[in-house]
Amino acid sequence: MIPFLALVRKDLKLFFSDRKAMMIGLVVPIVCGSFFGYLFGGRRGETETSKVPVLVIDQDSSDISRGLIRQLADDKNLDVKPSDIEAARLAVRKGKATAAIVIPKDFGTNAGHALFTASAKPELTLLYDPSHAVELGMVKGILSGAVMQAVSKEMFNGKMGREMLNGSIGQVENNPDIPAADRKALSDMLAGVKEWNTQQQESGGPSGGLTLPFHTHDEAITSGENDEYNGYAHSFGGMGVQFILFMGLDVGIALLMLRQSGLWQRLRAAPLSRTMLLGSRAVSAALIAGFILFVLFTFARVVFGVHIRGSMAGFVGVCAAFSLMTAAFGLMVAALGETIEATRGYAVMATLIMVMLGGAWVPTFVFPAWLQKLTVVVPTRWAMDGIDGMTWRGLDISAAVAPMAIMLAFTLLFGAIAVMRFRWRTEG
Amino acid sequence: MLNSSAMLEAKLLKKSYGKLVAVDGVSLHADAGETIGLLGPNGAGKTTTVSMIAGLVAPDSGEVLIEGKKVLSDTDPVKGRIGLVPQDMALFDKLSAYDNMTFFAALYSISGAKAKQAIREALELVGLAERAGDKVETFSGGMKRRLNLAAALLHDPQILLLDEPTVGVDPQSRNAIFENLEALKKRGKTLVYTTHYMEEAERLCDRIVIIDHGKVIADDTLQGLHRLLPVNNVISIELDKVDGFRPEQLLGLSEVKSAEVQNGTLRVGVHDLSRGAPGVLRWLVENNHPYHHVASEQPDLETVFLTLTGRSLRDAR
Repeated sequence: MIPFLALVRKDLKLFFSDRKAMMIGLVVPIVCGSFFGYLFGGRRGETETSKVPVLVIDQDSSDISRGLIRQLADDKNLDVKPSDIEAARLAVRKGKATAAIVIPKDFGTNAGHALFTASAKPELTLLYDPSHAVELGMVKGILSGAVMQAVSKEMFNGKMGREMLNGSIGQVENNPDIPAADRKALSDMLAGVKEWNTQQQESGGPSGGLTLPFHTHDEAITSGENDEYNGYAHSFGGMGVQFILFMGLDVGIALLMLRQSGLWQRLRAAPLSRTMLLGSRAVSAALIAGFILFVLFTFARVVFGVHIRGSMAGFVGVCAAFSLMTAAFGLMVAALGETIEATRGYAVMATLIMVMLGGAWVPTFVFPAWLQKLTVVVPTRWAMDGIDGMTWRGLDISAAVAPMAIMLAFTLLFGAIAVMRFRWRTEG
Repeated sequence: MLNSSAMLEAKLLKKSYGKLVAVDGVSLHADAGETIGLLGPNGAGKTTTVSMIAGLVAPDSGEVLIEGKKVLSDTDPVKGRIGLVPQDMALFDKLSAYDNMTFFAALYSISGAKAKQAIREALELVGLAERAGDKVETFSGGMKRRLNLAAALLHDPQILLLDEPTVGVDPQSRNAIFENLEALKKRGKTLVYTTHYMEEAERLCDRIVIIDHGKVIADDTLQGLHRLLPVNNVISIELDKVDGFRPEQLLGLSEVKSAEVQNGTLRVGVHDLSRGAPGVLRWLVENNHPYHHVASEQPDLETVFLTLTGRSLRDAR
């Protein structure tokens, strides 16, 4: 037991003795966690979401087109600015604007007619940046609502609407293709709308036009009714997972370097078992990983109000299982590595893939469905699920059991590979 | 040569790396209190031999016995009879000398008061007791070498394997290490010392094993090795004028075994100095070859190596 404790204590002393390296190892994940946390929502309500830049080219200059532009400008998600067609094309190409909406000449008249009759619908041209497909969908949705509201408002309330209704009534009554019964019903309806328009005009009463006939009530389902989502919980978990994996990688590389040094000869010359040599390394790496997670979440708690809303025992268990898995990962890297340079390259690639697919950078729910299913084979996915579950989701310890069990299984797998493949002899 | 009462015995060790035969049937032994030197150029197989003795490298064939016992496993207590001083520095630079020593003592399950005493004695032996609290990274190369030696002494091993322990150190530190090793020798430790410095082997070793191309080509005391040579003395004569001088003319004298001019100095090999020197000097005077300085020297291990291998030790490195 004396040699085992000495080996662990030595690793811890070396870690804490290099103050600069230790500080960098703690500060970098804190900075990254703070940045990503702010980017992905921060503490709910504190982050102002950036608006989608949209240009509008008004070739119509009608009451309806002006009303449409007002509607768009009032939307909190859009930053609407007027432009001309050439400048708009250039801006979208350069990425300065996400989309440009071209309102063609006679758009208002044609849209008003098309609202109640089968006349041709006018066309709104949308110029867009293909790298912003998600925002394009949002712009289209907002545009649909705004067009409906602007056109219907004019039809029910505006002077232009009254003139168009007169024209529409005349078109309907003189259209022999419409059956007589339908023609009468349609004329009556248009006459009714016209009467409503006239009354609104005389009374000066407001009319908002047609709007969506519902509102949504948004409620974030987190750990409790009064607990708001805290984006820093996920980002600190994610950055913790990433940088601890890198620490595990460093353990492996350090072991490879150790094998080439006189220190390894001295260790192998002593009456120590292989289990003790590798096991002590795993324990010290796991303790260091646990320390890093502790510092990260303490900082997140003090500065960003991240709380362990779920089971504290579950959180500790998930962190411990992840720390052990990281240590075993480091040993596996050392066992499989040939040269230090090549090993570092492969291991960094493997680490980044695990971090990326595990949802440490962005939550896995933004992945395509097939990728979400695939990532269950990635151990970091379980680490993130466990940490998310025990922090902002506020789940009980039962939700930590599966992540812990799977990470411990990975620990055994990585550890077994390390023991089987490790080259013990000093050759050459 | 093998000895059943030897402290250390290596029998017919062989080791290959692919097609390269690093060690080819090396056998050696060392008795208690004896210092043997493994002398040979770089790549001769010295470090591989020491690594097999220390259990770091598994021999392809042959065996190593420590006090007549084979090392059976990684945790075999017999390993505690050996102290290894690796050629590469085996220290943690970021830790203090004392912390390094505490760690290496603990590897042999030595802790508490026993460890403190062992550390104090080891540091005092190498003259670093006053720097115990300093980080190793602040030490000079020579101090690190001495600490590297001290780390191998903490568990009081009977056999000390020293793999080129003076590489890269200044003459003063080298001398300090020699004094440390001489003190250990006086305490009855068995030292196995690998080097390619002839003067180190000559100063320290009771017996010298010369290795080349993985094979033992000689194993004897310094005096025994000298007996292998065709000449026991070399007379160095600085001639006033060497142009046109033909040294082979001296080979006609009965005591002269070799004669050559090196860097303007005539070097004449003779079996017996008292009988050979007067004849050589007389011949030079009689043949009008005046000289202004005469010295004699015994041949060194360089000469032994040259004689045994046909190559200079320096050229072979």
